[in-house]
Amino acid sequence: MKRSRTTGSSAAKKQPDLFQEPEEKKLSPSKKKKEEKAETIVLPVPEEKTSPAKRTSAPRLPKQREISVSEFFAKNRHLLGFDNPSKALLTTVKEAVDNSLDACEEAAILPKLDVRIDELAEDRFLVTVEDNGPGIARKEAPRIFGSLLYGSKFHRLRQSRGQQGIGISAAGMYGQMTTGKPMIVISRLGANKPAHRFALLLDTKKNLPVIASEEEIDWPLEHGTRVAIELEASYKAGHHSVDRYLRQVALANPHAEIVYRSPKGETFRYERAVERLPAEAREIKPHPRGVELGTLMKMLKETKSRNVRGFLTTEFSRVSGKVADEILEKAALKPETSPARVHRDAAEILYRAIQKTKIMNPPTNCLSPIGEEQLTLSLKAHHEPAFVAAVTRPAAVYRGNPFLIEAALAYGGPSFEADQQAELYRLANRVPLQYQKSACAITKSVIDVAWKNYMVPQSRGALPTAPMAIAVHIASVWVPFTSESKEAIASYPEITKEIRLALQECGRKLGVYIRRGRRLAEAEKKKSYIEKYLPHIGIALQEILGLSDERRDRRMKELETILEKSRKA
Amino acid sequence: MPKTKKSADRKKPPRIRETPVAGKIVSEAKNVEEKISKGKKPSLRFPIRSLRNVSYQSQKGFFEIRGRTKERTLTVNTVKTFAQTLRMMALSKELVETDDIATKREAYYVSKNWGDARFSEQPESDTVIEDVEALFRVNREQLGFIPEEKGGDVAGELVVVDRDAETGESLRIDCRKFGSGAYSIPISVEHLGFETKAEFVLVIETAGMFQRLVKHNYWKRGNCILVSMGGVPTRACRRFIRRLADTKKLPVYVFVDGDPYGITNIYRTLKVGSGNAAHLNEFFCVPQARFLGITPQDIVDYKLPTHPLKDVDVKRAKDALKNDPFVLHHKAWQRAIQQLVQMGVRAEQQALAKHGLNYVIDEYLPEKIRHPERFLP
Repeated sequence: MKRSRTTGSSAAKKQPDLFQEPEEKKLSPSKKKKEEKAETIVLPVPEEKTSPAKRTSAPRLPKQREISVSEFFAKNRHLLGFDNPSKALLTTVKEAVDNSLDACEEAAILPKLDVRIDELAEDRFLVTVEDNGPGIARKEAPRIFGSLLYGSKFHRLRQSRGQQGIGISAAGMYGQMTTGKPMIVISRLGANKPAHRFALLLDTKKNLPVIASEEEIDWPLEHGTRVAIELEASYKAGHHSVDRYLRQVALANPHAEIVYRSPKGETFRYERAVERLPAEAREIKPHPRGVELGTLMKMLKETKSRNVRGFLTTEFSRVSGKVADEILEKAALKPETSPARVHRDAAEILYRAIQKTKIMNPPTNCLSPIGEEQLTLSLKAHHEPAFVAAVTRPAAVYRGNPFLIEAALAYGGPSFEADQQAELYRLANRVPLQYQKSACAITKSVIDVAWKNYMVPQSRGALPTAPMAIAVHIASVWVPFTSESKEAIASYPEITKEIRLALQECGRKLGVYIRRGRRLAEAEKKKSYIEKYLPHIGIALQEILGLSDERRDRRMKELETILEKSRKA
Repeated sequence: MPKTKKSADRKKPPRIRETPVAGKIVSEAKNVEEKISKGKKPSLRFPIRSLRNVSYQSQKGFFEIRGRTKERTLTVNTVKTFAQTLRMMALSKELVETDDIATKREAYYVSKNWGDARFSEQPESDTVIEDVEALFRVNREQLGFIPEEKGGDVAGELVVVDRDAETGESLRIDCRKFGSGAYSIPISVEHLGFETKAEFVLVIETAGMFQRLVKHNYWKRGNCILVSMGGVPTRACRRFIRRLADTKKLPVYVFVDGDPYGITNIYRTLKVGSGNAAHLNEFFCVPQARFLGITPQDIVDYKLPTHPLKDVDVKRAKDALKNDPFVLHHKAWQRAIQQLVQMGVRAEQQALAKHGLNYVIDEYLPEKIRHPERFLP
C-alpha cells in the first residue's frame, strides 16, 4: 500500500481541497487512469504530532510520527458524520445506501434495495443493506470495504452521490471501534458465479483490511452485494431519523425500489415510481474557471502534455486553441513552454489570465437531473397530493462548475396536516440532506420566495405555512457544501437565483390552482347553502302564515332565483 | 316602539305591557313573503345590541337604546341565520298561541328537529332568541321563552303576595319565616304584590355573605329586606327588586366585591341594565340602587386583605373607563375605578372576616348605613 503525503483534515474534507493536494496523484497517476477502482489514498498523515487536523503549512516539528487511521478517526468522528449515536446510525445507512445506488446505476441496473435495522440491545444496532447491483470482484471486496479512502469516485468530475470514498469503510470502522465486530460483506457477480461471504476487520495502523473469515455460500440473489455492520448507536424518530431519510431517498430516486424494516419492526415499502434509469451522468474535464491556483499547479506538474498550450487544450473543457492562445498571451507565456517549468509565480499569472479571458460555459450533459415527470410521479406516490408542480431548470454555472436546479411541490391531500409549515426536502445529487437546515441555501431561497403571491400564507422569515411539500434538487459535478459534513449548500448567488426561479415557476402554477379551487369551493358552498337552508325558510313561512304547499314551493323557487341572480352578480 | 316608551314615561312605575306578539310575527313574515313575490331580497331590521348603541339617561336612570339598527338582508351568506330566525319566530308563535312556554334550553333541543337548520350549541340559539326579542322589542317571556336560571333569593322584612296557579287564590309568603333558608324569586314577577315595613333593600353579590346575614337575622337589626343575586343579576331578579323598590318607595343598597367585575358588571347591570338587552333595560333596571361597598376606599379604610388585579380585571376596568356610558357619566365612578387600578388590588366581601366573622354585621354595615349619602352613585 502506497502512502501519500496528505494532511488528515483535507483528506476528510471536501473535494476541492483534495484536488489541491500537490503530491498525491504523482504517486500513481498512470495506474489511476487505467483502473479507477484501484486508486488508493491512505489517510494520514505525516509529520505532525500534535493535531492531525492542522494544515500542512504548520511548522514541521523535528520529531515526526505516523498517526494511525483510528487515532485520526477517533478525533475527527464529527467530520465523517459520527458525532453522536443517532447520527452514527443515520450515517451508516446513508453511506451504504449511497454506495448501493451508485453501483446499480453505473451497471445500468434498476436498483432494488433492502435496508434493515435490528436493535440488538438498547445501544446496539445491526444495519444491513442489500442491493441487486453488479456485485464486487472477490479480490476487490476486502479493500473496498476494509480500507479508508479506497474508491472509484474520488477524482472524477462527474455527478455522483458519494464523493470521497470514506463512507462505507468509515462506517465499518466505527462499528469495529464500538463493538469489536467485523463488517460482514456478501457479494455475487452473476448467476453462474459463487457468492462470497467475508468478515472484514480494518487494521487501523496500516489501513489494511484483515479478512477474519471468507467462505462461499448459497445466496438467493443472482448478483448484488450485502453489507452488514454492527455498531453502537441509538434510534430516534423524527426529523433526523433514518425513516425520514429513506423516505426522501425513495423520493429523490423514483427509479429505485426500497424496502426498509425499522428497528421497531415496521416495514416501509417504496415502490418504483418510474421504470427507467436516469440518464447516465458523463464525466467531464474541469472548466478553467472552476480550478483554484493550487489545483492548477498540481495539474501542471502531472500533465503529460509537453507544452503549456497543449496542456490547456487537453486538460480543460471549453479551451480551444484560440482560447489557449488568448490566455497565454495575457499571461505572457510562450505556448511551447513546458508545463513542468511553470512554477508558482508563473502559475499565478496564468491563473489570473484565465480569470480575465472569456471562456464558454462548461458542457452540461454531465448532469443527470431527476426530471420533471419523475419528480411529479415521485411526489404523487409519496403524498397523494391534490396538486403537483415540477420544474427542471436549464443548467447553469457557478465558478466554472455546471449545476442544475430542480424544484417540485406537492400541495393538499391527506398526507398533510393543516397549519403546519411546509415540509422541505433538500436534495443534492439525489442524496437527501438531513442536518443544518437553516444554514442551507435551499432553505434560505425557499424562505425568500414571496409565497403570499401564490396564495400560500407565510410568516416573516419562515417557511410557508401550508399543506405542502417542497423538494429542491441540486445536481452538479461539484456540489458546494458549506462544510465537510456535507449537510448544507453554500449560498452562491448563481445557485440561489436558480433555486428562486425554479420555486417561483412552481409557485405560479400553484397560485393558479389555489385560486381556481377557492373560486369553485366558494360557488359550491353557496350552492349547497341555498340547497340546505332555503327549505327551512319555506317551512317557517308556511308555519307562520299557513301557506299552502304549492304557494310555499312557488315562493321558494322565486327566492332561489333571486339568490342565484345575486350570486352571479 | 315609540308608543310603549311614551306610556312608560308618563305613568310610573312602568308596567311591562303585554303586546300581541303573534300578530307581529305574522306581519313580519308577510313582509318577507311579499318581498319574495316581488322578486326582491327580503330583510329583517334589528336594533344593534351592544354598549355602543346605548346612552345613559340619568333622569330616567337606565341605559336607553339609541336608534341604530342593522338590516339583515337575505343573501347566500346569511341564508342560514335567516332561516333559523324565521323558524324561531314560527316556534314562538306556536308557543304563544297554545299558551305554552319553553326554556331556552328546550328551544335549543326543539331545533334539533330542524335538520340542517338545527343549532349545534345552545349559545347559538340563545342569540337567535335575543335577536327575535329585539326585533319585536319585547321580552322573551312574551315570546314564550323562559330562562332556566334562578332568579335570586330573598329573606327578611317582606311579605310577597302571589297567586295560586290553579285556584287563583291569593297567597301570602312571609319572607321572615324561612328560618335559615330563603324565598326564591320566580321567573315572572309582574303579578306579585308586596307588604313591608322595611327601611331599605340590601342586595348582596355572594350567597356566602347572604347566608351569614340571614343566619344572624341581620334583617331584624337593620329592619331591611335581604336579596342575594348570586353573581350578575338575572332579569327576574332585577325586575323583582325594581318593582319592590318602586311600589314600596324603598332605597336599594348594593353590597358586592370590590373589584371591576363587581362594579361594572354586577352593580352597573343591576342599576342601569346591559348593552345586550338594551331594548328592555327600561324594565330591567333599578335606578334607585346605590353602591354601599366594597368601595376602593374601603380597602384602605378597613385595611382589607387583598389579591392583585388580574389582567382581565385591569382590561375590564380600562374598558369601562373608556366605553361604559354609565361610568363616563359619573366622575365619582371614574375616580373610584382609577383608584382601584392604581392600587392594583381587589378585595372580596368576605375579606371583612379578617376583623372577626361578625365584624360585617356589628361594625361595617351599621356604620355604612348611617351615612347613605356617602354611597357611590
